[in-house]
Amino acid sequence: MSEEMLRTEHISKSFGRVTALKDTSIHLDKGEVLGLLGDNGAGKSTLLKILTGFHQPSGGKIFFQGKEQVLKSVGYARSLGIEPVYQDLALINELSVYRNMFLKRELMFGGFLRILDDGAMRKQAKEKLKLMGVNIPSVDVEISKLSGGQRQAIAVARSVYANAKVLLLDEPLAAMGVKESTMILDVIGRLKEKGDVSVIIVAHNYAQVFDFCDRINLLQNGEITFNQKTSETSVEELTSLVVSEYRLARGRGPTV
Amino acid sequence: MSTDNAEIVPQEDMPRRLDRRGFASRLGLFLFRSREASIAIAGIVLVLYFQTTAPAFLSPGNIANLAGYAATTSIIAAGEVMVLISGEVDLSAGQVYALSPFVMFYAQQAGIPFVLAIIIGLIPAALIGLITGLITVGLEIPSFITTLGTLFLINGVTLTISGGFPVQPNPGPVIAGIFGGNAYSQIIWALAIMLIFQFILVKTRWGMHTIATGGNLNGAKEVGIKTGWVKIGNFVLCSLLGGLAGILDSFRIGSIDPLAGGTDIMFMAIASAVIGGTLLTGGSGTIVGALLGAAVLGILKDGFTLSGVSAYTFDMILGAAILITMLINVRLSRLRAAGGKR
Repeated sequence: MSEEMLRTEHISKSFGRVTALKDTSIHLDKGEVLGLLGDNGAGKSTLLKILTGFHQPSGGKIFFQGKEQVLKSVGYARSLGIEPVYQDLALINELSVYRNMFLKRELMFGGFLRILDDGAMRKQAKEKLKLMGVNIPSVDVEISKLSGGQRQAIAVARSVYANAKVLLLDEPLAAMGVKESTMILDVIGRLKEKGDVSVIIVAHNYAQVFDFCDRINLLQNGEITFNQKTSETSVEELTSLVVSEYRLARGRGPTV
Repeated sequence: MSTDNAEIVPQEDMPRRLDRRGFASRLGLFLFRSREASIAIAGIVLVLYFQTTAPAFLSPGNIANLAGYAATTSIIAAGEVMVLISGEVDLSAGQVYALSPFVMFYAQQAGIPFVLAIIIGLIPAALIGLITGLITVGLEIPSFITTLGTLFLINGVTLTISGGFPVQPNPGPVIAGIFGGNAYSQIIWALAIMLIFQFILVKTRWGMHTIATGGNLNGAKEVGIKTGWVKIGNFVLCSLLGGLAGILDSFRIGSIDPLAGGTDIMFMAIASAVIGGTLLTGGSGTIVGALLGAAVLGILKDGFTLSGVSAYTFDMILGAAILITMLINVRLSRLRAAGGKR
């Protein structure tokens, strides 16, 4: 049995009268890549925001490395090693790549003056990106000059560099071309090979990420309806599951 | 959709390609890339023009006059640049400019030594910045509204405590000489403040977080930057510089006027910042550019006065100049963005 990183038990969340999550239990082992799939509005983003400490659950428990935790803030979740990569990437267009990589973790000298050590940051950013196989023209270019895929790769690299134990990727391939998706998946693949980071990929297009996941959880109407190792299922099975659920819901409609 | 950008042409290729061209095109590229250089060129052209139309333009007396005016504006502009980059605006800096010297004057009248009185004069400036920032950030009110309110409020306070009459400070030659009593001292203050704030902006964590706050507010929050405090801090800095500019000017002019500064100097400072290349939308700006912008505005104003152009015409030309600069800025930044991608 491998080491457990993250586990939720019976998590629920409602916003006023709207129930986003009913009873969600997931678990994530060390070095595992979990695909959290589901249609738009299934509750994926809500679950993710609970795991990052952004939302507080209405009910249920969260365990991190076997210990119960209340993820009271984004800062606290991050201090545990839970690093989100948001869909908007939280990159600053006007700053260079290396400064973005060190945002809020700057290397400085000069005591209270907090002077930025650009040389050291540039060097370390270069090394880290090379190690992760992220290919960009230079760490000195502004983020605004990069493509969507390159930006995503830099956001992922930044989180990994922050000693992430659990990486939460929110729709990492959204609005991305084939070549760019390949670049991101390569980066994730490399992380997986090393095995010291666990990853949750949130996606609605499961065909794209299927091969990179160890296990698939399907979230439908605020509940986990499916939990299988990737080796024991297939894209076809997932598709038929989603379609039958859709048909069921539609068939149910008029009779209720 | 940009599907084939994963291996875009390395940026280093661009200058290499251009190296084959002559000196002129490389100079052109430099001017195109650097906002500051284009404003400096505009300033030089204006100086040459006014020197030919009014030979007194480059006389020591006029240079002192012009520099004194531009220096004060540029000091306030440095603060406005910081606030503008963080994504806000401070309309009340010109009123702080009028208030601080009065507080200093009354403190000095009460028997406090001048140097200490100057510091006491800056305390209300800092407090105003702090309160403006707290209201703007805490109550999520646009700073345009907050500082529009404090603009009138501070003006009323200054008029009340002064009774509406100007006063004359008597600092003595040494204090006056150090604190802006002559044009050269003001220029040194303006240059020192420009250097300090340009350094803060490009080389310190505070500057980087200011850019991040104005460039992508949500993103900055997500990585854990305390964006509220960044904004509040910059309001305090801007207000302090407004107060300092007022105190320096009170020694240069030799009189403290409750109606001095005000919206006039505030809008001049913001215009300097914008002409200098600072975006009103936040995330981008330069202190050096703001000083050059203030110099260009000073040259325009002074040059027109010397050539006998009326103040009415000056305002028309100033307005047109701001519009044209904005147009050029927008065009240039689009061209720059396109140039980087190619």
